Amino acid sequence: MENKVIIVEDLVRMFGSFTAVDHITFDVKQGEIFGFLGANGAGKTTTMKMLTGLLSLSGGGAKVAGHDVQTEPEKVKKSIGYMSQKFALYDDLSVWENIRFYSGVYGLTDKEIQEGGRAMLDKLGLGDVHNQLIGALPLGWKQKLAFSVALLHQPEIVFLDEPTSGVDPVTRRQFWEMIYEAAESGTTVFVTTHYMDEAEYCDRIGIMVAGKLPALDTPARLKQQFKSKSVDEVFVKLVRDRQKK
Amino acid sequence: MSFVTVENVRKTFEDVVALDRLSVSVEKGELFGFIGPDGAGKSTLFRILATVMVPDEGKATVMNYDTVHDYRQIRQVIGYMPGHFSLYTDLSVEENLQFFARIYGTNIEEYYDWIKDIYEQIAPFKDRLVGDLSGGMKQKLALSCALIHKPAFLLLDEPTFGVDAVSRREFWEVLKRLKSEGLTIIVSTPYMDEASLCDRIALMQEGQLLAVDQPEIITAQFENILYAVAGSPRYRTLQQVRSWDETLRAYPFGERLHLVTKNPVDTGQLKQRLESSGISEVTIESVAPTIEDEFIALMGGYHGK
Repeated sequence: MENKVIIVEDLVRMFGSFTAVDHITFDVKQGEIFGFLGANGAGKTTTMKMLTGLLSLSGGGAKVAGHDVQTEPEKVKKSIGYMSQKFALYDDLSVWENIRFYSGVYGLTDKEIQEGGRAMLDKLGLGDVHNQLIGALPLGWKQKLAFSVALLHQPEIVFLDEPTSGVDPVTRRQFWEMIYEAAESGTTVFVTTHYMDEAEYCDRIGIMVAGKLPALDTPARLKQQFKSKSVDEVFVKLVRDRQKK
Repeated sequence: MSFVTVENVRKTFEDVVALDRLSVSVEKGELFGFIGPDGAGKSTLFRILATVMVPDEGKATVMNYDTVHDYRQIRQVIGYMPGHFSLYTDLSVEENLQFFARIYGTNIEEYYDWIKDIYEQIAPFKDRLVGDLSGGMKQKLALSCALIHKPAFLLLDEPTFGVDAVSRREFWEVLKRLKSEGLTIIVSTPYMDEASLCDRIALMQEGQLLAVDQPEIITAQFENILYAVAGSPRYRTLQQVRSWDETLRAYPFGERLHLVTKNPVDTGQLKQRLESSGISEVTIESVAPTIEDEFIALMGGYHGK
């Protein structure tokens, strides 16, 4: 049986009388690249916050890396890595200080930090700049570094929230190759994006519309199901359908 | 003289060169797009055109007015939507619109027809604080505020950044309509797929222009031969394709990967090569390059290969 590392069942989140997440159910398998799409305000961020143990649930349940997000949020946090485009690393700390800080937060030993951190910088070709402030690095480097830092404690799952926003087309693809590599070595990747071509890079995608999850499958099968040429078209059809109602 | 001219404009911030002696011109009535990633210098150029920043060297004009000396005249004719939301989050939707109308010496009613199509989509929420609006709604309000004094020239800095695909489409439909009313529009975007919606585009990277032309002319300049390759598993397919002698470069592109070669290749033979190394569901076909393929080529390739 395939190992499911994210299991979401009938998940609900209310804010007052507003239902932000409306009974969604899905799971993600180990080593899968799962793309999580949706219009602004569809409930993506709220769902992510619940899955990463940052927000309580109003109903249903979710298990991440074998831990219940409601009753064991601290265990969930230890088993995952997280990176967002808005805030990933501290601009006023150096490359090495950021690595030390994040590794320390995740409880890595000095030896692990030294060895893991060095190996990571060598691999990224950033060994020469380890004393530079993060703020002075180009955005593309920052994002690649942030992704590697999110993986340093070898989490089972890494959550990426619009990791490639505003990044040039070459760096954006190099970033995705890093995602492929991580997935191949068994790390599960949960990623949100506004670039519809990136949705096609995912093994499976879920598309949220107004708190629900009306589409959940491989990009190829969704295109078939919605008689569309691209995920972009699938997305537009789903959202326009909803607007008509 | 062109509607907007930029001549040898250079702007530095300490040791960072944001604009590197850049020249470009935009004609009256054009929908012109600056396409490039963060850090390309788009916002710096837009700030200079909006008269809120002064270049170190070179000069820029809008409707024959100099952006440094004649800034007062330019501010009367320009509608500027900065990259980060320029709205007051602690004022309501209607209060924001009123504020922008008043500083331009007009009121909401005078040119209401001009913004009606856009504003009516958010008017049901006119009493809501802007801080509580979704990204798509803020974007529509910001555009309404930039249009409220009926400008001749719209300058929109990444209006669709971080906005979902549906709101993006709606926004471009609005721009097309405004263009048909005679407005000159300059817009910037990091999304390469929006390039084809512009009359002309400038591809921008590290303070320089890589190309300026109609989108279809830019893609026609692609020098090499392009194939789309599919195979499962995907990452191994990419590594295999990249190892071939024929390959100039190969990179993920949507559901397939793009293979660039100098000369035409025998696709049947390449297919066999992939299949014999255990890759399944292989397809290879020749495809037309997109703006993004040309951008990658102009950036000097990929991984050095």
